Amino acid sequence: MQFTVNGKKVNVRAYPMKRLLDVLREDLGLTGTKEGCGEGECGACTVLINGEAVCSCLVPLAQVKGARVKTIEGVKHPIQEAFVREGGTQCGICTPGFIMSALTLPANVSLKEMQERLAGNLCRCTGYMGIYRAVKKGLKAKRGAKLVSLRVKKKSQKRKRVRSI
Amino acid sequence: MRAALSTLKFLEAGSLSHAFKIMKTHPGIMPTAGCTDIYVSLNFGTLKVREFLNLWGLSELRKIQMKGDYLSIGSLATYTQIIHSDSVKKWIPMLIQASSSIGGMQIQNRGTLGGNIGNGSPAGDTLPVLAAAEAVVVLGSTEGIRRISFNMFYTGYRKNAMNPEELILSVEIPRIKSQQWYRKVGTRAAQAISKIVMAAVLSKDPEEQQDPRRIRIAFGSLAPTVIRAFRTETALAENGNITEAQKTLLSEIQPIDDIRSTALYRQTVAANLLAEWWGKVSPRSLIKS
Repeated sequence: MQFTVNGKKVNVRAYPMKRLLDVLREDLGLTGTKEGCGEGECGACTVLINGEAVCSCLVPLAQVKGARVKTIEGVKHPIQEAFVREGGTQCGICTPGFIMSALTLPANVSLKEMQERLAGNLCRCTGYMGIYRAVKKGLKAKRGAKLVSLRVKKKSQKRKRVRSI
Repeated sequence: MRAALSTLKFLEAGSLSHAFKIMKTHPGIMPTAGCTDIYVSLNFGTLKVREFLNLWGLSELRKIQMKGDYLSIGSLATYTQIIHSDSVKKWIPMLIQASSSIGGMQIQNRGTLGGNIGNGSPAGDTLPVLAAAEAVVVLGSTEGIRRISFNMFYTGYRKNAMNPEELILSVEIPRIKSQQWYRKVGTRAAQAISKIVMAAVLSKDPEEQQDPRRIRIAFGSLAPTVIRAFRTETALAENGNITEAQKTLLSEIQPIDDIRSTALYRQTVAANLLAEWWGKVSPRSLIKS
C-alpha cells in the first residue's frame, strides 16, 4: 500500500483494515500520534489526510492509498512553541492531536470558532484556556518566527524556581 | 480492540457496477464509507461481520446537485461537504444544523449521510431532518435502481426495507416551502450522541394552508427508529392547541431508559421542544410579533 507520510513516499505491507493509527505507530515507528479512546471521541490520534483532520483510529489502511498523510512528526510551526509557553500542554497525550486539528484553522480564528472546530479534541488537564491561547498566538505567528517575549519570561520563571529551592 | 482486525476482509470496489456485483456475490458483506461507526462497534466487540466492502473511492456517490425539483445528495457526501454546500444551505438549512452537531470536525470529515442512514441508529442526527423533509432514498443493485420514501425506510430497530444486496446511492430532497427547525439535545453542546433530536417544518404558504402535510414533525431517540409524530401533526393542524398536542405526542412516542437518558426525561424534553418550536412558529405567535 503506497501513500505519502510527511512528504515521503512509503510502502506498507499490512492487512487492509489495520487502523492508520497502528500503521503509523507500529509499521512506520511514528509514535508521536497517540491513542486515546480508540473510538473517535477524543481526537488524540488526529492526523491530516489530504489536509483534512481525521481520527486515525477510525481510518483503515486501505483508505489512505495514494493519499497525503501528515503527522505531528512532519510539523514545524510556531504553534508548537506556543503550546509550551501558554500552558497548552500538561500530560501531553492530547497535544499532538490538538496541534494537527489547529493547523486546519484560519490564522484569524475567533474563540467561538476555535471552540467549535476543536470540539473533537478533548483535554482533561488544562481546562482548555491555555490551549486556546496557544492556538491563537501560534497561528498568528509567522512560520519560523520565534516568540521572543515569551521566551524571556520563561527563563525568568525558571530562575525564580531555582532560587526558591 | 476486541476484534482481530488482521482477520477482516476488506474488498475494494473499483466502480459502482463492481460494487453491485460484490454485494450480490458476497452475502453478508457490509458496505462501508468513512468507517466512523464500524471501528467503534468492532472495538466494542458487537459487530459480527468479518467481510467489508470499501466504497470510499467511488467519487460519483459524493455529489451534491440540484436535479430539477429536488436536491440530490450522494450517499458518500461527508458532513463537512454538506455543511459547506451552498445548495444545501439554500434548500434544507436544517440539514446543515444537523451535520454540524455530529461529532467533531474529524468525524464530520469522514462520516457520510449514507452511513448515517445505513447505520440506522434511532439517535442518528440527520434522520429526523430527512423524515420531516419527506426525503426519498435511492437504492441500487445489479437489478437496477429503485426509490423508497424515507418515512417507509425503517422497519424496526436498526432494520430497514433494503434488500441485502442493495446499496444506498443518494437521497433526494423535495422542495420545502416551509420554515425549518432543528434542535438536538445532548450531554454537551458538541460531540455528543443525542438524547433527543427534533426536526420540524411548518408551511406558511397560503396555498398550502389546507394541506394536512403543512406541519411535519420528526423525532430521534424516542422510539426504536426515527419517527414522524403524525398524530401530533394532525392535532396541531386541527386547532393549534399546544397543550393537547403535547398530550398526543406523549401517547405516540415510546422512549426508553438507557445509558444516555431516562424515558421520563425524554418525554419531558420532547414535550418542551414541541412547545418551544410551536411558540416560535405558530400563527398565533406570528400575529403577536
